[in-house]
Amino acid sequence: MTAATTDRCHHTLSVLVENKSGVLARVAGLFSRRGYNIVSLAVAPSDDARFSRITIVVDVESAPLEQIVQQLHKLVPVVDISELAPADARERELLLATVSAGPETRGQVIQLVGVFEGKIIDVSADRLTVMLAGAPETIDDFEELIRGYGIVELQRTGRVALPRLDRATGVAERPRVVA
Amino acid sequence: MELTGAQALIKSLEAQGVEVMFGLPGGAILPVYDPILDSSIRHVLVRHEQGAGHMAEGYAQVTGRPGVVMVTSGPGATNVVTPLANAFMDSIPLVAITGQVPTSAIGTDAFQESDITGITMGVTKHNWLVTDPADLPRIVAEAFHVATTGRPGPVLIDVPKDVSNATMTWYEPSEADLDLPGYRPQMEGDPEAIQAAVDLLLAAERPVIYAGGGVLKARAAGSLLELAERTGIPVVTTLMARGAFPDSHPLCLGMPGMHGNFTAVTSMQRSDLLIALGSRFDDRVTGKVSDFAPGAKVIHVDIDPAEHNKVRRADVAIAGDCRMVIDEMLAALDAAGLPYDDGARAVLDPAATPADAPAGARPVPGTRAADRPAERLAEWRAQLAEWQRTFPLTYEADAGATGQGGGLKPQFVLETLRDATPSDTIVASGVGQHQMFASQWWRFDHPYTWVNSGGLGTMGFAVPASIGAKVGRPDRMVWAVDGDGCFQMTAQELVTASSERIPVKIAILNNAYLGMVRQWQEMFYEERYSEVYLSPDLPDYVGWAEAMGCVGLRVESPDEVAPAIDKANDIDDRPVVIDFRTDAFEKVYPMVPAGVSNDEIVVDPSQAATLAALRTGGAK
Ligand SMILES: Cc1ncc(C[n+]2csc(CCOP(=O)(O)OP(=O)(O)O)c2C)c(N)n1
Ligand SMILES: [Mg+2]
Repeated sequence: MTAATTDRCHHTLSVLVENKSGVLARVAGLFSRRGYNIVSLAVAPSDDARFSRITIVVDVESAPLEQIVQQLHKLVPVVDISELAPADARERELLLATVSAGPETRGQVIQLVGVFEGKIIDVSADRLTVMLAGAPETIDDFEELIRGYGIVELQRTGRVALPRLDRATGVAERPRVVA
Repeated sequence: MELTGAQALIKSLEAQGVEVMFGLPGGAILPVYDPILDSSIRHVLVRHEQGAGHMAEGYAQVTGRPGVVMVTSGPGATNVVTPLANAFMDSIPLVAITGQVPTSAIGTDAFQESDITGITMGVTKHNWLVTDPADLPRIVAEAFHVATTGRPGPVLIDVPKDVSNATMTWYEPSEADLDLPGYRPQMEGDPEAIQAAVDLLLAAERPVIYAGGGVLKARAAGSLLELAERTGIPVVTTLMARGAFPDSHPLCLGMPGMHGNFTAVTSMQRSDLLIALGSRFDDRVTGKVSDFAPGAKVIHVDIDPAEHNKVRRADVAIAGDCRMVIDEMLAALDAAGLPYDDGARAVLDPAATPADAPAGARPVPGTRAADRPAERLAEWRAQLAEWQRTFPLTYEADAGATGQGGGLKPQFVLETLRDATPSDTIVASGVGQHQMFASQWWRFDHPYTWVNSGGLGTMGFAVPASIGAKVGRPDRMVWAVDGDGCFQMTAQELVTASSERIPVKIAILNNAYLGMVRQWQEMFYEERYSEVYLSPDLPDYVGWAEAMGCVGLRVESPDEVAPAIDKANDIDDRPVVIDFRTDAFEKVYPMVPAGVSNDEIVVDPSQAATLAALRTGGAK
């Protein structure tokens, strides 16, 4: 995966599924057998123990969004799907990276982490493990910049998202419920 | 009441009204086979689990009730993967119950362990691994609900041996017990969309109803007949919908698609409105999609909204059950001033063309429908009749001996068989040339008389499917039209049929070839025949049939055809197999080669010059 995870062709689907074994395999299997591309995927318990929420960023170049949604909806354990268009969503993602940071570059890495308001969570003689939570585009930029110092290991969580709030009312814009 | 999981499972099947299941036991499912001895459910013991699956499909196709299959773990379970895939493609309600190794052994590569829920995820509507015997009544009820509602399909319940051995307290699951929060099939059409559809319908000049298998699944043949007759709109019936509209009806254009007849194919190409009812724009129907029905607006009715806009963008997409939606359209036609009347009812006549059909119902004067009288379709229907006259299905009855089988034409065998059997005879078929010939040359005047493998194209389907069909409809005559290649894949189920006294009749169109593949090699690979020759007499089909407890007959010349069929029709205490030695070089026409526009349809050689003249004349 390149750093360019934010794209016009990428749509975020928030999929509420039954919290039963094998559900993730059903969702992943559907994407692979129908040739849909997943950009990122995050799974977590929802506020109701019976359900989990899968946040999937899909590439609508690989198939029309409508098809992806309708096919997903046919999976029996899929309870609800809402789509967050890029403009209507508040999206966040977490990055962890271990970066080479010898005596000459250590100061620069620390400074960069400071600029992005990230955190240093582990230190050794010649490496730093850093953490950054933020909008996916910010994470992309940060990843790009630290790459120059030598990334030993890097992990991103995939994004989670909620609908943007309406400024006037304070009420969340309802995500478009697509199925 | 304390029951074992096994007893609860059988009791649950009884509660679902299951009268028959098809299967074969083994270690992991052993506990479940014991209570079968005390059950009212008939069990048909097959010789190969694939046979059980196709029998259940044949049963489901002709009865509308879900077919039930029971097999053991590991190889028993993997042997039903093909039937599950077949049922998934053709939307057949099927419930497969597989034994599984004990829960403690799952994941250890135990003897006869296979991850059948994982393997079948992509070919079932849903599947369940039962981990607690107390869940069994609920899961069985969920499984039947999912298999039979919405777009029907196969489901699988995997039951570990310790779960069937453990005890539970029996309960009758109620609707409220079903735990399917995400499963909500849409039945009724959106009224606005229905109205939009009726507007298009009344305005069209060259409309065609494109009826698919969903019409049969929704038991909507009666509603379809009324829609066609009221509006005077002609109907094509896809391979999955043969019989959904009577072939002898003047408005019936027959089968479209790769081996569809010229009129059915061309009517869609030239139409200005396609009314797709339970059909899915399969590539075998559309040919090259970008050239398919270029001038047509599309109304697409399907219970599965994922079919909308998948292949072809619909102008009006209606999610819902075909019968309910057609009935809603009929109600909207009432409101628009086009109620049904006796004058719109056609008389069935195989020789009649759309030009002979009544012009549709009489509109109520002063209504919207009266502005668009059905006579406006007269020109269109005359054109269709003209095509039917110029390009009927045809074959050269007396082409001389062109090879093995000589002058015995498969089409002739089918015409004779058709005319010698009751019109409600059930016909099952395999996959290949014989399947296309059967679909073309049979006259399907009743729904649920055609049982075939459409979406998956599963060779070996016919013999077991015909057996399942006969089990479901013992009152009907059941013929399988099979290929010699197909027959060899599942013939062993005739042992099942003999021992269970299921008197099916099998017509093998023995052309000594994997004929359909041979046809492609002849047409597209410069007659380079690679691995398609079988043999006319190895195996000896008559001897094989006799060894399986059937009556075996052989037919080598045209004059033997009718007597052999009469003889077979008179036998009702055991299966009959007729080995028809047919012309090996016969090809199926018309043909639209794969990936080519339907406009490039290749007709029978005897009609090619006429078509060429028509094309250069610009009349297309
Ligand atoms: C299980 C399976 N394997 C292979 C095929 C590919 N295939 C399609 S038709 C055909 C030939 C069938 O031969 P036969 O049963 O003799 O019928 P014919 O075409 O000669 O009428 C083959 C091999 C298939 N459809 N199914
Ligand atoms: Mg053959």
